Amino acid sequence: MEALLNLAVKSIFVENMALAFFLGMCSFLAVSKKVETAIGLGAAVIFVLTLTTPLNNLIYMHLLKEGALTWISPSFATMDLSFLGFISYIATIAAVVQIVEMTIDKYSPKLYGALGVFLPLIAVNCAILGASLFMVQREYDFAESLTFGFGAGTGWAAAIISLAAIREKMKYSNVPPALRGLGITFILAGLMAMGFMIFSGIQL
Amino acid sequence: MKLLRKILDSQAHIFEKGGKLEKLYPLWEAQDTFLYTPGERTRDHGPHVRDALDIKRTMSMVVIALIPCVIAAILNSGYQAQSWLAAHGGTPNPAWIGSALAALGLETGTIGAIVVHGVLLFLPVYIVSMAVGGGLEATFSIIRKHEINEGFLVTGMLYPLVLPPTIPLWQVALGVAFGVVLGKEVFGGTGMNILNPALTARAFLFFAYPAQISGVQPWVAVDGFSTATPLSQFAASGHVVDWNWFQAFIGAIPGSMGETSTFACLIGAAILIGSGIGSWRIMVSCLGGLFGMSLLLNIVGSDTNPFFGVPFYWHLVCGGFAFGAVFMATDPVSAAISDRGKFIYGALIGALCVLVRVLNPAYPEGMMLAILFMNLFSPLIDYFVVKANAKRREMRLAVQQ
Repeated sequence: MEALLNLAVKSIFVENMALAFFLGMCSFLAVSKKVETAIGLGAAVIFVLTLTTPLNNLIYMHLLKEGALTWISPSFATMDLSFLGFISYIATIAAVVQIVEMTIDKYSPKLYGALGVFLPLIAVNCAILGASLFMVQREYDFAESLTFGFGAGTGWAAAIISLAAIREKMKYSNVPPALRGLGITFILAGLMAMGFMIFSGIQL
Repeated sequence: MKLLRKILDSQAHIFEKGGKLEKLYPLWEAQDTFLYTPGERTRDHGPHVRDALDIKRTMSMVVIALIPCVIAAILNSGYQAQSWLAAHGGTPNPAWIGSALAALGLETGTIGAIVVHGVLLFLPVYIVSMAVGGGLEATFSIIRKHEINEGFLVTGMLYPLVLPPTIPLWQVALGVAFGVVLGKEVFGGTGMNILNPALTARAFLFFAYPAQISGVQPWVAVDGFSTATPLSQFAASGHVVDWNWFQAFIGAIPGSMGETSTFACLIGAAILIGSGIGSWRIMVSCLGGLFGMSLLLNIVGSDTNPFFGVPFYWHLVCGGFAFGAVFMATDPVSAAISDRGKFIYGALIGALCVLVRVLNPAYPEGMMLAILFMNLFSPLIDYFVVKANAKRREMRLAVQQ
């Protein structure tokens, strides 16, 4: 239990998806103009990550990994399907995103409108695929990948929500014209990453 | 005084629109309003009342509150170096200070030598910080046609105070350039930045040149000095061997120049709170956060990490806590703005500072990074405080109807 808690803290703060690995940058920069929208997207990302990482863990453990198929027949012991990893993970992610999209469309059309094209784009948000690939690389078990997926999503959501709050405050700033928009947001993301380095080096 | 006003007025046309040197108007405006309060008054029907307490007066007050820290910085950096020299011999670092002291005929360990040594350590860093940072500030204000903001006087003074006395001057220049340009000017100047510029500069140096500035190396300006700072002694054994609490309180311990003396910071805090410029809410809640978190860690305890058992009154006097809580966290631009938000913001800074000190073996000190981290979240805290307030008022209205 303690190990899982440590993993959660680590994936939220120490190895923040957005600010330590710079994954999921496109929606991080594009949908961070308003706090409300950022909270919506953040929640969607938490949800998708919490679902897809353990799902992909099951797929990897029981279908793709070398020797994973022995439950069908012992003769598959040497079969290694991990080259199918990318396509299977993406398929899972796309399916889950589709479900999320239909749910949001039905229950919160306003948020659906605000998220716009970025909702289907969660499917290709590199933070989502990244979490699944980290899961494989670090050989997490099911409980760990569930925790990791949730933690990574929460960390990403925290980063985008705080960026959105900063950008709302920045309407009072007088940014040089050439830097307005994405330029200053890139600088801001860099400064935020510097702030998040407070946690780097924490051993849990 | 009237004569000075007359001279200023007679020169004004050169810098005003259409004058010969209109490009340099920001420089002119800066020295004029520094000497006199601006002549603008509240118009007949304006919604805003012009107060004589403008940014310049506010910032000058902070500079005044910083004076005890500057004095402590000079005395302590001189004292640390001289007492080591008197006891163990060796040469000051940089070596020219040794020759200067010898040329003045000051004997090692005397009060004169301590003061002169301290001044020779602090002044170059201060001058470089002001010259490079002020130059960049002036350049930006001329190009972007905004006024020169006296925020820089504070940044340029805070920044040398959080640096160790051993820092190479080129790093001072690089750091302040980063802090002023990327921390402040790209956002439009004083009042529009997100992070505290002095802290941004310090954090940039911290991550870019950890060898000189991370606090792992001792910070006394003498070659061959080797004693761990109080915080690293805590990390190693759970108690401090070389200094007692009172020494840490008045600041007679090695560390960043202006940060060591909690006593000087308290005088500064009294000036800031008394004049209404610094927020007591942030200072008090910082203290509360520090107290709560260190107490919690004391109770939790740890067999492997002796730092868990360090009591809060040691956390208070070690490292940059007092300096950060009084001068850095209260920066009105980068802190939370709402009153309720200030309490949350301060408490989280205090708690994070202790957490980093105890739990993060990579950094011996966490105050600076804790403030920087909370700067990132202060707009979000304000956002939620405003939302909660709006909700409460809606409910009140609903009840009345």
